[in-house]
Amino acid sequence: MLSKIVRTVANQLILFILVFGLYVIAHGHLTPGGGFQGGAVVVSGVVTLLVAFSSHDLKKSLRERVLTIMESTGALIFAILGFAGLGTVFFYNFLVGSPIFGRIPPTGSNPGDFWTGGFIPLMNFAVGLKVIAGLSAVILAIALFARGEEMEE
Amino acid sequence: MDFLVTHAPILIVALPLVAAFVIPLISIGWAGDRGRNIFSLAIFAFIAFLVAILVQNVHAVGIRVYTFGATAPELALPHGYMVPVRIIFEVDGMSIFMGLVITTVALASLIYSLHFMKGQTGQARFYALMMLLYAGMMGLAFTGDMFNMFVFLEIASIAGAALAAYRTNMADAIEGGFKYIVISAVSALLVLFAIGILYAQYNVLSIAAIAHYMQYTTLDMIALALLAIAFVMKLAGVPLHMWAPDTYTVAPAGTTPMILAASYTSMYALYRVTFTLYGGHINTTAIGWVVIIVGVLSMFIGVMMAVHQTDIKRMMAYHAISQGGYMLLGVGVGLAVISDPVALASYGRDAMNGGVFHIINHVFYKALLFMTAEAIFFRIGTRDTNKMGGLARNMKWTAAFYVIGALAISGIPPFNGFASKLLIYESVLRFNPILSVIAMFVSLVTLASFAKVFYSAFTGPEMPAYREVREVPKSMIIGMSILAVCIIFFGLFPGLVVDNIVAPATNALINHTAYVNAVMGAVP
Amino acid sequence: MEHVAGNFPFVASALLIGIAFYIILFKRNLIKLIMGIALMSSGVNLFIVALGYRTGGNAPIYTDVPEGPMVLSVPQALTLTSIVINVAVLALMLTMVIHTYRHTGDIDSEKSRKLKG
Repeated sequence: MLSKIVRTVANQLILFILVFGLYVIAHGHLTPGGGFQGGAVVVSGVVTLLVAFSSHDLKKSLRERVLTIMESTGALIFAILGFAGLGTVFFYNFLVGSPIFGRIPPTGSNPGDFWTGGFIPLMNFAVGLKVIAGLSAVILAIALFARGEEMEE
Repeated sequence: MDFLVTHAPILIVALPLVAAFVIPLISIGWAGDRGRNIFSLAIFAFIAFLVAILVQNVHAVGIRVYTFGATAPELALPHGYMVPVRIIFEVDGMSIFMGLVITTVALASLIYSLHFMKGQTGQARFYALMMLLYAGMMGLAFTGDMFNMFVFLEIASIAGAALAAYRTNMADAIEGGFKYIVISAVSALLVLFAIGILYAQYNVLSIAAIAHYMQYTTLDMIALALLAIAFVMKLAGVPLHMWAPDTYTVAPAGTTPMILAASYTSMYALYRVTFTLYGGHINTTAIGWVVIIVGVLSMFIGVMMAVHQTDIKRMMAYHAISQGGYMLLGVGVGLAVISDPVALASYGRDAMNGGVFHIINHVFYKALLFMTAEAIFFRIGTRDTNKMGGLARNMKWTAAFYVIGALAISGIPPFNGFASKLLIYESVLRFNPILSVIAMFVSLVTLASFAKVFYSAFTGPEMPAYREVREVPKSMIIGMSILAVCIIFFGLFPGLVVDNIVAPATNALINHTAYVNAVMGAVP
Repeated sequence: MEHVAGNFPFVASALLIGIAFYIILFKRNLIKLIMGIALMSSGVNLFIVALGYRTGGNAPIYTDVPEGPMVLSVPQALTLTSIVINVAVLALMLTMVIHTYRHTGDIDSEKSRKLKG
C-alpha cells in the first residue's frame, strides 16, 4: 500500500489506460495493435493498481471464478467464430460482404475504415478478453503466492 | 459422414482445444466432477472415432491437404498463385501413423486417470491440460507448415511441463517439470531461429513449398544442424538426455505416457525435416550415420544407467531412452541407404519398417509399464524397489501386466517387441554386423534389469506392512488392459500391422516428392 | 565499416544469443537462468524482425501510408506469436521457482536438487 497521492492518481489513471487499451484492441485491423497488444496494455493498468494498493486488498475485486469464466468465454468465442465458417472450410471469413464488418477496403493507401476486415475485429475482441483475464490472473496469483496467500474463490 | 471425413484433420485438432476451455466452465457450473469426467470421455471417444475414419481415408485416397480459410479444403494453390499463402495441414501415411499412436495412448491414459485423480485438487485444470497436450501433439503430427510446427511444439511443451509438475506438494516434481520447460524453451527457440533462416532465404513457410524451392546453401546447412539439435534435445537422445529420467519419474499417473508420446512426436518432426524438407539434397549417408551414432549411444548409455537404479520409474525412464535408440538405429539405417536402390530394396525398407514399427510398440509397452509402476505407488506410497516385496499375492492384475510389459520390452515372442526388434536385427546385420550385436546385447541387459525388479518387487515373502494392500481400482485396470490387448494383438499378427499401418508410413517417408506435389501441384 | 553498420541488428542478435547461452549453461542461480531464457528469446525475436527490413521501407500498414516500398509483414506476425508464447513459458518458470524456494529455501540449482543418479 503506497501513499495517498499514488493511490489517488492510480485510481484516476486506470480509466484512461482502460480506454486506450480498448482502442488498441478494437483498431487492430487498421493500426498496429490487436488482441494481445491491447490486452497487455489493460493488464499494465491492473498492475498499476496492484502496486498502488496491496495485493491483499485487490484480491476481493478479482475473484478466481470471474476471471476463469471471462477467460473461457473469450476462447470459446474465438473457437465458435472459427467453426462458423465450417460450411466451406474452417476459419473461412464468412463476414466478407455482409453489413457488419463486411466492407471491402480500396487497395493502396486509404484513411482506414473501421467496418472492414470480416471477422478479424471480432476475433480481436475475443482474444483481448482472454488476455486481460488470463494475464491478470497470472499476475495476481504470483503476487499473492509470494506472500503465502491464495486467490479468492 | 462425408462432412466428417472432409473436415476430420481440423476437427481432430480443434475439438480438444475447445474442450480444454469448456472443461473449467463445466467444473465451475452445474455439473461438477462427474459431469466433467463424462464430458471428457465423450469428447475423446468422438475424437478417437474421427482418427479411425481418417486413417482409413488416408490409406485409401492418399495425402490429404486441408487449407484454412480458402474456398475449398484442397485448394492450397489457387489459380494463378505460385506459393501457398495460407496455413495448411498435410496428412500423409507417417502423420496418421503418429496420430494413431498418440490417440490410443491418450485414450488409455484418460481412462487410467479417472480414478487416480480422485482426491487431488485442481482437477479441472488437469483434464484441460491433458486435452491441450493432446491437441498440441496432434497438431505437430498433422501440420504442413514450419511455423505451425513451432507453435504446436510449444503448446505441447508447456502443457507437458505443467502436468509433470502437477504434484506441487512434492519438491522433486517441481524440479522435474522445471527441467522439462527449460529444455523445451531452449529447443523451441533454436527451431524458431532455423525457421527465420529458412524464411529469409525462400520467403515461404510451408514445408512442401520450402522443399520445392530449396537450393542447399550454407545457411540451409546451418538451419538443418539447428533443427536436428533441437529435435534431438526434445526426444531425449544421448548426449542431450539429462532431463528425461527426472521428468518421466515425477509425472503423475496418466501423464507419463503422454509426455513420452510427445517425445516421439518430436522424433517424427526430426524425420519430417530430414526426409521431406531436405529430401533429395542432403548427403544422406553422412546424416544417416549421425542418426545411427545417436541411436547406438542412446541404446547403450540408457541401458547401462538403468541397471543400477533402485527407483522403479527412474529405471523405466532410462529404458525409454534406450529403446528410443532402437528407433533411431532402424530409421537411420534406412536414411543412410536411401539413395542406393539395391540396398534400399533388400534391407533398407525393412530397417525403416522395424524402426517405425518400434515406435508404436515401444509407446504401448512403456506406457503399460509406467502405469503398473504408478499403480504400485498408488497403493503403497513408495517407488523404491528395496522396500517392496511380495506384491504379486495381492495385486495379481498389476503383476500380470508388468510381466507382459517386461517380456515385450525384452523382445520375447509372442509379444510385439519381438516383431519389431527382429526386423531391426536382421536388416541392420546386413548393413553393419557390429551394430546388430550391440542391439542384441542391449536387449539382454534390458531383460536382466526387468527380471531383477520383478523378483524384488513382486515375488518373495510377503512383507507385513503390505498385508492389506488391495488391487487397484477398475478404471485403472481397464486403462492398462487396453494397452495389454494391443500388445498381444500386435505380437500375434505383426504382418497384418506392418502391411496396413507401418508400410504406408515408410513409403510416405521415402517418397518425398509425393508430399511436395500434393501441395505444389503443377508449379515448375 | 559500412558492412558492419548495415548488418548491426544481426550482430546484436548473435551477441544476445551468445550471452544467453553462456548464462543458461554456466550460471547456477535459478532466477538468472530464467533471465537467460528471456534474453535468448529477445535475441531470436530481434533476428526475425530484422530479416524483414527493406532499405527505405515504410511500416506495413495501409492506413495513410506514404509512397515507397514496405518492409515484410510476415516476420512481424511471427515475432508477435513468439513473444506471446514466451510470456506463457516465463510465467510458468517463475511459478516453479517460487515453489522450489518454498520447498527447499534456496534458489541455487546445486543446493536445491533432489533427483540424482
